[in-house]
Amino acid sequence: MPVYYTKEHEWVKIEGNVATVGITEFAAHQLGDITFVELPKTGKSVKQFEVLCAIESVKAASDIYAPVSGKVMSVNEALENTPEIVNESAEEAAWMACLEMADPAEVGKLMTRAQYDEYLKGL
Amino acid sequence: MEQLRDTPLIDRHQGLHALIAPFGGWNMPIQYEGIIAEHRWCREQAALFDICHMGEFLYRGDLVAGGLEGVFTFSVASIPVGRSRYGFLLNEAGCIIDDLIVFRIAENEAMIVVNAATAGNDFAVIGSRLQPGADFTDISAATGKLDLQGPLAREVMLRFFPAEVGALPYFKFMKTTILGCEAIVSRTGYTGELGYEVFLPAAKVVELWDLFCSDLRVKPAGLGARDLLRLEVGYSLYGNDLDETITPLEAGLEAFVNFDKEFVGKDALLKQRAAGLNRVKIAFRVGSRRSPRHYYSVCVGDETVGTVTSGAFSPMLGCGIGLALVDPKCAALGSELTVCHENVTMSAAVCELPFYGGGSLRS
Repeated sequence: MPVYYTKEHEWVKIEGNVATVGITEFAAHQLGDITFVELPKTGKSVKQFEVLCAIESVKAASDIYAPVSGKVMSVNEALENTPEIVNESAEEAAWMACLEMADPAEVGKLMTRAQYDEYLKGL
Repeated sequence: MEQLRDTPLIDRHQGLHALIAPFGGWNMPIQYEGIIAEHRWCREQAALFDICHMGEFLYRGDLVAGGLEGVFTFSVASIPVGRSRYGFLLNEAGCIIDDLIVFRIAENEAMIVVNAATAGNDFAVIGSRLQPGADFTDISAATGKLDLQGPLAREVMLRFFPAEVGALPYFKFMKTTILGCEAIVSRTGYTGELGYEVFLPAAKVVELWDLFCSDLRVKPAGLGARDLLRLEVGYSLYGNDLDETITPLEAGLEAFVNFDKEFVGKDALLKQRAAGLNRVKIAFRVGSRRSPRHYYSVCVGDETVGTVTSGAFSPMLGCGIGLALVDPKCAALGSELTVCHENVTMSAAVCELPFYGGGSLRS
């Protein structure tokens, strides 16, 4: 299953027309201890690179952007009471939302893992 | 911009891969393994903090005749030798130049411990209020300070130091010999836990740090954890909750102002008290895990009624907590508020301090 990355440090895993979204380990590490995840509402429609939801750490509050356009099908409710999962497993257990993807061609605007790793080196 | 200063422990912090950031003009460790883990360690075990950035001044001479008695909002002459007292240095307008602690070291000797960012100005202001020729020196550079805080702090201290240290009551201190040098050990802190502040020559700080860290009950904690710990017990932070636009009355700290004596700013405070306050400090809890933060707005309905001065997620309470300055009409316990910032809103309610009262502070 292909996984793509954004410059804002989200990842998106594509399975058919379902896009699963989270933040990268790099982002989680930068934020520090995650204390709160504001999950999007199921049924909400978002456009690519618009605000999907929000996350807070001890240090800062940040927006999370939608890597692709779509409609929120489900959210990871475990994050409501145990947001520390984001620190433990940002790119696996701490997925945040599944979107019904509107336009598969949008992944062309995202980075592959190799491109993202290269991008991180430049930060 | 003045160059940032390093504490004697900078190599230790770097060796521990601490996140280091500017604070009060110093490069300070914000976190080591993580703010919440360090916070928990302090609440459950014993946490070690590098506090070498804070300022220390030494006054020698008659406290009244030399002018020190009139400088602060509290009487220094009435502090018994071996005790310390918290209070304020005010400007003429009654606003807070700094919050500080005075240690009565001897009949004619007092140490004043102040915040790092304000230390230079404090020294000038205090000096200007003393009689000419007063023996008043800034000993900050030569003085190191480590805080050991947590329910196991006493046991750790007793492992390394004389038994009399363990008998110190809250807000009492003693002179003693540590690592062959004269040191001051004080039963004070900024965490709400049983704890000690140790003042010793800066050249000995690394040795004492290593000694404490050789005990498995001790882990270093950074300023991030310290900020959470102090907020959970409702202590004010200079620069956030207190500054040169805020009076002790507004900050809810009148208990540290003695109106039976003279001090700079007294007239302004009496006027403010007579006229009534336009804003007062409140503590509030958020109804979720969201963190309020410094400068977020406090609203009731569509009306902005105040500003958050400190805010955080409280690991002990599992919700957001904060301090704010608000219109007195919204300050009653239980009053419902909304905290807003850009597209973030959170519901909150005025509550009592401390947020967390379960600490080992007085044990």
